Amino acid sequence: MSERQTIFELSRPGRRASAAPACDVPARDIDDLIPSDRQRREPARLPEVAEIDLVRHYTHLSTLNYGVDTGPYPLGSCTMKYNPRINERACSLEGFRGLHPYQSEEHVQGALLLMQRLEGWLAEIAGLHAATLQPAAGAHGELTGLLLMRAYHDAQGRSPGTVIIPDSAHGTNPASVVLAGYKVLAIQSDERGGVDIGALRAMVDDDIAGLMLTNPNTLGLFDPNIVEIARLVHEAGGLLYYDGANANAVLGRSRPGDMGFDIVHFNAHKTFSTPHGGGGPGAGPVAVRDILEPFLPIPVIVGEAGDAEAMPGESGAVPGDTGAGDPAEAGRLRFDWDRPQSIGRMRTFYGNFGVLVRAYAYIRGLGAEGLKRVSDMAVLNANYLLEGVRELFDVPYDRRCMHEFVVSGEPLREHGVRTLDVAKRLLDYGIHPPTTYFPLIVPEALMVEPTETESRESLDRIIEIMRTVVDEARTQPELLQEAPHTMPVRRLDEVRAVRKPVLRAGVEPEGSG
Amino acid sequence: MLSSVGAASLDELFADVPEQVRLDRPLDLPAGLSEAELAAEMTSLAACNVPASELVSFLGAGVYDHYVPAVIDALVSRSEFLTAYTPYQPERSQGVLQSIFEYQTAVCELTGLDVSNASLYDGGTAVAESAFLASAKTRRSGIVVSTGVHPEYRQVLHTESYGCAPQGCGGNVIEVPCDGGLTSVDALRDAVDDQTAAVIVQTPSFFGGLEHMDQAAAVAHDAGALFVAVCDPLSLGVLQSPAAYGADVAVGDGQPLGQPMSFGGPHLGFMAVRGDLVRMMPGRLVGETVDAEGRRGYVLTFQTREQHIRREKATSNICSNQALNALAALVYLGWLGTQGLPDLALLCARKADYLRERLLALPGVEPYTVGAVFREFAVRLPVPAAEVVRALEPQGFLAGFDAGRFYEGLDDVLLIAVTERRTKAQMDAFVDVLARHLDAGGGAA
Repeated sequence: MSERQTIFELSRPGRRASAAPACDVPARDIDDLIPSDRQRREPARLPEVAEIDLVRHYTHLSTLNYGVDTGPYPLGSCTMKYNPRINERACSLEGFRGLHPYQSEEHVQGALLLMQRLEGWLAEIAGLHAATLQPAAGAHGELTGLLLMRAYHDAQGRSPGTVIIPDSAHGTNPASVVLAGYKVLAIQSDERGGVDIGALRAMVDDDIAGLMLTNPNTLGLFDPNIVEIARLVHEAGGLLYYDGANANAVLGRSRPGDMGFDIVHFNAHKTFSTPHGGGGPGAGPVAVRDILEPFLPIPVIVGEAGDAEAMPGESGAVPGDTGAGDPAEAGRLRFDWDRPQSIGRMRTFYGNFGVLVRAYAYIRGLGAEGLKRVSDMAVLNANYLLEGVRELFDVPYDRRCMHEFVVSGEPLREHGVRTLDVAKRLLDYGIHPPTTYFPLIVPEALMVEPTETESRESLDRIIEIMRTVVDEARTQPELLQEAPHTMPVRRLDEVRAVRKPVLRAGVEPEGSG
Repeated sequence: MLSSVGAASLDELFADVPEQVRLDRPLDLPAGLSEAELAAEMTSLAACNVPASELVSFLGAGVYDHYVPAVIDALVSRSEFLTAYTPYQPERSQGVLQSIFEYQTAVCELTGLDVSNASLYDGGTAVAESAFLASAKTRRSGIVVSTGVHPEYRQVLHTESYGCAPQGCGGNVIEVPCDGGLTSVDALRDAVDDQTAAVIVQTPSFFGGLEHMDQAAAVAHDAGALFVAVCDPLSLGVLQSPAAYGADVAVGDGQPLGQPMSFGGPHLGFMAVRGDLVRMMPGRLVGETVDAEGRRGYVLTFQTREQHIRREKATSNICSNQALNALAALVYLGWLGTQGLPDLALLCARKADYLRERLLALPGVEPYTVGAVFREFAVRLPVPAAEVVRALEPQGFLAGFDAGRFYEGLDDVLLIAVTERRTKAQMDAFVDVLARHLDAGGGAA
């Protein structure tokens, strides 16, 4: 098979997919419009292709990819659940996708209502008081939350310098802490996988701005000491930050705010089923306790949507009869830019609105009961899968897991097989492997999150495939070491990519990085 | 399934959750809906909006009403792209990896710079990240930024610098005026010193002015600082590339490249840098390599810059990109092609020029933006801009952006954008309506 080409290699001089609209105004020469010292001399060399070339090329590339729609995707901490298609249709409505962010408030009442409701729902799910939808991703939500933390302490006339993070935390946590101007203090996990309470007690002092925690944590374990942890941090004057990466475990079962957390970010693309898009766009809305509300990014949506505050579709209310559609009621929701204590702005405009529309549709479709069912089934599925694979691996923290669990591939090392090899072999069997080598505190870690949308039959198939692969590891380890065998490419040389970097098409590799 | 996990009930699965933090009531959310009911609700919410895309819109200010070709929707909705995670298993993610590699190539071609990352959240965060990059490179903390940089980008820069202040990275932001839509090079020179990490200038400026970027770059370089160009990717069809005028870093918002306006997001930010800055680049990078059989393939690379490896020592906390938006931008650039991009850019410039001349012929309408423009320009009106915007709206025209919303003393300045979607007939009608409104003495209409 010949090598796959790039779109630039498919390019043929003069070929075009599009024609510009006819010029219906005087066709002035470019020299009359743009001063020559600011004109471009050479055009950018873009692909020169017909539309069918574009469509075939990217359709082909898509077939080299793997999504939730392709098959099981038990990638721990990523919550790769099914993305309902109705949400895609909703965000494609012209009334949403055709809105300009600077249109008058009268023109965007539906968008404001959607955002205001979503803020309220997220605050309720978090057990907190207010929310901002501005952050564009989970890590961006972390930075937002930490800047809120900083603004809160500043307003108290305090300037503590440290944020505590467990050693099991996502890498974004310490990176965000540094960007927010704090030092990172790592705390080790105890033998049950939770925060070591003794160590925490010794650590908290006046310099603690707060503690960031994922609960259930990245081991998939709920920290039963959470109330004590919150008490210790609060007594020292710190705030508790909840990394919502694992919120899929506790919807409607337990709320971070009730656990004592003051700041929560959600990953809309995890918990609320907005598609990951191969790495984005996502959304990382942040909910906060009332004491932090004055510091939220601008603008903030204020006002009342009118008498139809009752949800459309409920108690006989006509869907859409929200008051906002009625010209007499129009303009009742608005942006408030005058927030003197606000941290400012985390990004342009109001967040990844198109993603927020999907999250709204997801929560609205499921309702309170449906969301609780999501977590119940996510936790049940994870426990079922853990039972199915526990004999194949080491289980370092052998407790009831929540929505995900971590096993160790350590026992396979005697056959010369690493966790990476297991992952690559799983690809051959048509499933996406779990997260590997994370959390860092478990050697040869495999972090498995099946999500609620896999059926029992699908879980049985994952178990069967894992059994086969571990069996192969014992009998034919080279099958794993050389895997994958059936993918579009064999194992890729990541070291070469750094040593001889080629970061764009059509150039020769440099001698060294 | 419960029995196979040794639990008697679903409640038992949550035994680790202490009694006192269990929620003992249902969440206070509306009851769920069937898909048909949900579709009806979403449709009626959308119907409470009046989309700019269906009006005669001259509203720009960072988000532009360009035509989005059908081929983009067709390709980005391929579910293998749509429902994939970050390409952590490259052998099963060649589709998204190759598309990002191609996107990086296209951004390098547009900007003339050596290396593009896989995209950032938006133009505002890209500007803030460029400041951090410059601080890290120069080990200085001062950022000199023109007020011709989009006001919201500057707000993001200020907000994110607030966190960084203790480390002295980009903590010290100085703003330089941009009167008439052109930054004063003398004022830039006065503002820089030996602690300046970056000089940041946008072209076209927020007011549409075509900045003297080569002169601004010289000011930055003379002070030992990096020069960051904020640019509109579509303008690069006709305007000099950032590399040509000496930019070390080019950033901007990719919305004009085939992204629906979508109330401001999701779009994408882009960033391209000189080759020697690659290890300070925030965000993902895709590189070409070979597989075990010597075939070409693509992987995420230079990951030692990133948070999942470096944790608190990372160049940024970013752990995603706007992959699907980057794909849309790439397909758009392929749809336009080498000749289509300058054709479209020139068409916008011609239309903007036409409308500008017609408006400036109206009594009382004066130029604000000095000199040549691309697709957007500002005029001074004899009445407050906000009032004109309000008065023309019921007649189906979005007249533009009231500069007074962000700039003190510019309440009479209206910022007007003209994309290829505006016809001569629409522009003529707009001029007529505005003339009638001004004739009637403004506020009376």
